[in-house]
Amino acid sequence: MPFINLVAREISCKIVYYGPGLGGKTTNIEHISARTKPESRGQLIKLATEAERTLFFDFLPLDLGEVRGFKTRFHLYTTPGQVYYHASRKLILKGVDGCIFVADSQRARLDANEQSLEDMKEDLEDYGLAFDQLPLVVQYNKRDIPGALSVEELRSVVNPNGAPEFEAVARLGVGVFETLKSVARLVFLELKKEQNTGPSSEPDGGSGR
Amino acid sequence: MLSPTTVIREEDFRRIQAAVDKLVRSAYAKVVFLVDKAGQLIAAGGDVDHLDTTSLASLTAGNIAATGGIAKLLRENEFTTQFHEGKNAHIHIQVVYNRVILVVIFDAKSSLGLVRLRVRKTSEELGQVFEQLSQRPLSPRDGAPFGELTDEDIDNLFND
Ligand SMILES: Nc1nc2c(ncn2[C@@H]2O[C@H](COP(=O)(O)OP(=O)(O)O)[C@@H](O)[C@H]2O)c(=O)[nH]1
Ligand SMILES: [Mg+2]
Repeated sequence: MPFINLVAREISCKIVYYGPGLGGKTTNIEHISARTKPESRGQLIKLATEAERTLFFDFLPLDLGEVRGFKTRFHLYTTPGQVYYHASRKLILKGVDGCIFVADSQRARLDANEQSLEDMKEDLEDYGLAFDQLPLVVQYNKRDIPGALSVEELRSVVNPNGAPEFEAVARLGVGVFETLKSVARLVFLELKKEQNTGPSSEPDGGSGR
Repeated sequence: MLSPTTVIREEDFRRIQAAVDKLVRSAYAKVVFLVDKAGQLIAAGGDVDHLDTTSLASLTAGNIAATGGIAKLLRENEFTTQFHEGKNAHIHIQVVYNRVILVVIFDAKSSLGLVRLRVRKTSEELGQVFEQLSQRPLSPRDGAPFGELTDEDIDNLFND
């Protein structure tokens, strides 16, 4: 549910990077933070363990500029990957508007990818969100790794619905912005649909608005 | 189904901002802000110029989400109130209408008792606003431009 302030003419959306541990979620938003002008972003907050593993979430607020006179804010969150952080991972999905699933292209991580996708579906359903209605983009990360799985193999496991997909080397920034832009597009299309199909008659509050 | 967009309209915004500003004064607070549970800042009042309110909003929502998770494990409904005591600044956090989070930052000029009392009143006022607000989803009559977005509009977002 994007958040729209008609007075300040601002819209904020929440984007969550989900995926198996060590797949490159944090690396994605670190790259975005490093490549965005300081005036267009807030602080990158990382709630991490001493070993740099995401403990709760990473957070990066971004200003994307204006769309038709509305300031557009995107709040990027990453989830912690390890299996035992399931409870906190799920919390991050609350109020999500769009999701990026970061898959790890290493053969040894195929099961972890699959498991993570299953978790995501379950978590979304627990919030009453249908997996196939949420704006979702799949990123095949670590394409630089020797012996990486083919995109076809990965697709059959983590992208059965044919969501928009991107190959990436997050460590070098390859594919990172393309992925984000793609999910932003989906979120806006969803919003467009919502506005156009919104209830034509509001309950009459008599507020004289 | 995705849950509907939260839309703050002029009258809502005025009422929310007025309630926040009033609480700053009545509780002798340094800062008051209101955040939705997904971490979006809704309104802020008081001495906010030197504060990173965006980060505060996100961390507060994370905090409430985490304690909410703990509550669930303990079969509590939710911990609707939290208080953190610092050396100079203290922070009081209250969930309102199960949907937004009211945060008061105060120092020795005020007291926990006073803050609690004033927050209770403000929560009632804000609860009414958000109850009404949740019955009015985004509609074509709002005059927001999102219904006519083109691919070009979206492309332009990242191009600067
Ligand atoms: N080879 C390679 N390593 C990557 C790539 N992206 C991230 N990494 C590395 O993978 C490790 C885990 O990344 P991180 O972003 O912390 O994963 P997260 O658990 O999903 O947040 C780090 O050592 C990164 O440097 C990539 O595209 N290629
Ligand atoms: Mg991480």
